[in-house]
Amino acid sequence: MLLTLILFTPLIGALLLLLVPRAFEGTHKHVALFVSLIPLALCVPMLMAFQYGQSDFQMGVLVPWIPALGVDFRLGIDGMSLILIVLTTLLTTLSIAASFRSIEKMQKEYYFFMLVLETGMLGSFMALDLFLFYLFFELLLVPMYFIIGVWGGKERVYASIKFFLYTAFGSVLLLLVMFYLYFQAWRLYGGAPSFNYVNFVNLGLDASVQRWLFVGFVLAFLIKMPLFPFHTWLPYAHTEAPTAGSVILAGVLLKTGVYGFLRFAVPIFPEAVVYFTPWLMALALIGVIYGAMVAMVQQDVKKLVAYSSVSHMGVLLAGLLAWNVQGLSGGILQMINHGLSTGGLFLVVGMIYDRRHTRDVEQFGGIAKVMPVYAAFFMIFALSSIGLPGLNGFVGEFLILAGLMGSNITATVLAATGVILGAAYLLRLYKRMMFGPITVEENRGLSDLDKREFSILLPIAIACFIIGMYPQPILKTIEPTAQQITESVKPYLSEPWYEAQAQEIHSEAETGTEH
Amino acid sequence: MNAYFWLIPILPGLAAALNGLAPKATGRMAGHLAVLAMLGSLAISSMALFAALTAGHAFQPIDIDYFTWIGVGGLNIPFGVYVDQLSLVMMMVVSFVGSVIFIYATGYMHGDPGYVRFFTYLPLFTFFMFLLVMGNSLPLLFVGWEGVGLCSYLLIGYFYDRDYAAAAGMKAFIVNRIGDFGFLLGMLLLFWYTGSLKFTGLFEAAPGVFTAGGAVITVITLLLFVGATGKSAQLPLYVWLPDAMAGPTPVSALIHAATMVTAGIYMIARLNPLFSMAPVTLLVVGTIGGLTALFAASIALVQRDSKKILAYSTVSQLGYMFLALGSGAYIAAIFHLMTHAFFKACLFLGAGSVLHAFHRDTDVDVFEAGGLRKYMPYTRATFLIATIAISGIPPLAGFWSKDEILWEAFAAGRVFLWFLGILAAFCTAFYMFRLYNLLFSGEFRGTEDQRHHLHESPAVMWLPLAVLAAFSICIGCVNMPLLGYTGFHDFLHPVFAHGAAHGAEAVEENAFLASSFLSEHMLEWIFAGISVVVAVVAILFARVFYVWFPNMPERMREAFSSIHTILFNKYYVDEMYHAGFIQTYFNGCGAANWFDNRVIIAGLNGLANTVRGLADRLRRIQTGLAPHYALGTLAGMVFLVVVFLLCY
Repeated sequence: MLLTLILFTPLIGALLLLLVPRAFEGTHKHVALFVSLIPLALCVPMLMAFQYGQSDFQMGVLVPWIPALGVDFRLGIDGMSLILIVLTTLLTTLSIAASFRSIEKMQKEYYFFMLVLETGMLGSFMALDLFLFYLFFELLLVPMYFIIGVWGGKERVYASIKFFLYTAFGSVLLLLVMFYLYFQAWRLYGGAPSFNYVNFVNLGLDASVQRWLFVGFVLAFLIKMPLFPFHTWLPYAHTEAPTAGSVILAGVLLKTGVYGFLRFAVPIFPEAVVYFTPWLMALALIGVIYGAMVAMVQQDVKKLVAYSSVSHMGVLLAGLLAWNVQGLSGGILQMINHGLSTGGLFLVVGMIYDRRHTRDVEQFGGIAKVMPVYAAFFMIFALSSIGLPGLNGFVGEFLILAGLMGSNITATVLAATGVILGAAYLLRLYKRMMFGPITVEENRGLSDLDKREFSILLPIAIACFIIGMYPQPILKTIEPTAQQITESVKPYLSEPWYEAQAQEIHSEAETGTEH
Repeated sequence: MNAYFWLIPILPGLAAALNGLAPKATGRMAGHLAVLAMLGSLAISSMALFAALTAGHAFQPIDIDYFTWIGVGGLNIPFGVYVDQLSLVMMMVVSFVGSVIFIYATGYMHGDPGYVRFFTYLPLFTFFMFLLVMGNSLPLLFVGWEGVGLCSYLLIGYFYDRDYAAAAGMKAFIVNRIGDFGFLLGMLLLFWYTGSLKFTGLFEAAPGVFTAGGAVITVITLLLFVGATGKSAQLPLYVWLPDAMAGPTPVSALIHAATMVTAGIYMIARLNPLFSMAPVTLLVVGTIGGLTALFAASIALVQRDSKKILAYSTVSQLGYMFLALGSGAYIAAIFHLMTHAFFKACLFLGAGSVLHAFHRDTDVDVFEAGGLRKYMPYTRATFLIATIAISGIPPLAGFWSKDEILWEAFAAGRVFLWFLGILAAFCTAFYMFRLYNLLFSGEFRGTEDQRHHLHESPAVMWLPLAVLAAFSICIGCVNMPLLGYTGFHDFLHPVFAHGAAHGAEAVEENAFLASSFLSEHMLEWIFAGISVVVAVVAILFARVFYVWFPNMPERMREAFSSIHTILFNKYYVDEMYHAGFIQTYFNGCGAANWFDNRVIIAGLNGLANTVRGLADRLRRIQTGLAPHYALGTLAGMVFLVVVFLLCY
């Protein structure tokens, strides 16, 4: 019940928003902000009611919806969904607050779409019926398409169409595979048909069939993550979207790809996942280095942050592909961390865009002198993104690399280069924008953060610190999920290197005593 | 007593938090707050040291876990402290030298617009430094390691509106990251081999898991050493430290001389049970250290900026410490770390006092100074003491520690390291007295206006100098093996006993030593004599060059102009790195960007355009004329009929 409430409050609020006449143009944003606060507040009872340390789905909701097709309104969450829901509600509220000054035209429609988007994201993280998931997953596209295409920058139409085509392309294949599985399950189990995803696990598909299906199934998620070389929609979408759009895109939308991968693709196709792991790993690692290198030479601040996402998501995926508890926990935690730090970076960039209406790095320099509080927040988010210990990014990165080391040493070495390269492009950006003498006259009169902006950034910064210094509660929340994913993949994995090593040492020690 | 250990890092941490979050409230009191916090940490550290000293051999290392920081699966990293003799020495160095420098800084930074910011970063630095030396696991050490790196970055770029300061800060961070890359990999490999990252667990498991002298432990320790070369500014990653002098002078003294840059030495000493199992690594460590010692010292010979000279001197002295570590002489390394902290801090603060007189922030050309002894008697006296100490003249502190390193290297059969060390010692004594002479002897060579403003620094600055000078004289007496007293050695010995017991035979016996008819003790005296003679000769040279015959340097420069140019330009290492690595990387980045735009994006756009073009042609079928459609229908029917007929 609680989940249903959280899920539909934004949608109902969006519909109510339509009733507010256009004459009251200024009130829409306040209504939207208020509405978005409700699911955020409802997260508190959700967090309290959640049974930690269990891997089962909780707070389930099951209402038959289209019985003829076996489509149910089936919700349920585990630790991974839980933290993603909290992230979504938090970032939506902050994004709406961040839009107050930057969105001037057609405010009613804008906030309508923002709220619909929230329902779409929440639904993706709650749905356990594959058809329902697909519905929410696709529902995301429409509002985001409009947010980029209507309220975006100069090349917004190109960017929005590109975004739509890319993601829709993957989704079509996803739909086809879904139906194939649906009929297979129906044939196997008989009785009433069902889209309950649990039915799709252990279908006993032939290995080669499984692999083909997996490719079709997973492409949608890989595009959304985005994995190299399917990433090129991202820089455009990020750059052209209004600030709030970029924050939601980076903070939550990319995570629906990772979430779909872990929640559905892995349990349904465990054998194929393991089979494709080396390929995915290779692409992820190329993404890590390639994204960082392209980010290094961007003149457009937003584009730089966008490419940094490609790099960071590569690290994240590499962690998941370690298929051990450390790597998976780190990867799942990094979903939150990336949402916070990259979301924070986009907010910070948006705030200076509101003042100067440019994203060209050359137009800045020496900003720290005129906007010290702004500079401090920018620094915190940059360091969080770099993975400085004490901030959230480190915990995720450390666990990812630790996990990866346990399964693939070469991959770890390559992924760890992100540690150097990430520091290089972000610190260089920071130096060029914030340090040095003020070179552009317009920057001299810039005002520091106002109260609204300060209160948008503060919660993110606090979250960065808390997760960095005491991550244990969150880690304990997601560990059962990580554990379960490990279990589902384990039968198909070969023995990790350190176990072979341990045996060798063990036998050596034994022969040693014989001598 | 043990219950209060957590206060040691927390006190400066609190001061940093207060100054950082409520700068308006603390305001002018920011400095005092920081000093107070540091004195608190000093008091607790001293009590802990006292307790350990009185306990003597009964002292057991203290290992306290406060809470689980990261715990996933088999990976469990507690947040806790490990305090043994080694940590105690480090805690004392950090808190004592730190306190003195903090006090000095309240005077030095007085009236600076960034006063509160300065006293936010500086206590934050000590917070992380305490974490580094007190943490009970490798990841926690790494937290401190990265944290001090952050503060270093922030403080090097303290004058952030100057391009070179901002660039120097960034350079420091990124070069250190290259080292951290190795550290991280080494640490993670250790985890999967031993199943623990706590020091106690690591040391317990190591002998069972690794074969002494084996490839695995060698690789792991080499990776960890890469981290040390970054943080402790050794070849080839030393390049950030000279640039780091862009920060305010107290920062250079505390972070870039006395404490942070010694973190690499601490780390290796802490992990001595692992390093002792890897003789190849130790050889590499010692060689890098010896080469760095000589390399940096040779650059320092001809530099003109007082702080740059001291920076290269620091790199060189850190090289000595690695030389010691590589010879298996861990205690000698820590001993030198301690004495160096005092005299180098004194030298930096003295240089700061000179800058203060010149009203400059970061650099003074030594050839524009001179004759300062008249204007700054206290600064001169303390600077001279520290200079004698670093040159290795008995009975000052530097002699005891440096001599022990050289002797241990020789005794361990590393004669070439001893030779490098002696050469570097000659350079050290020469460039230090060159610096001293150029600053304080002779006549003032600056402008009349500058001369007019020259003044001795206030008591809040020269008193700390005096304290450090006093320690530079006498701190060496804690360990005087020549005279048969080895208190420091005995105190630290338990820390290294474990590693010595399980380690490989890291160093061979010196054949000369074994066959010599002289007793070992006599040889020790002879070697000490050689060191002293070398230092005295170097000092005389410096005197000849820069006091008695002031036109000598000019003539020498002309006579050896090519060597001078190479040294003055620091062997062109920065230029080579720039051309070799940075430019290459940027070219690669440009290529990647080109690929993204011209291949992936353009390719996909091309695909989209092709589809659109095809659709455009296909569209022409839709003419809208009824006869065309009728014709089409007819053709279709004919086709179907033919197919039908053929098939049946």
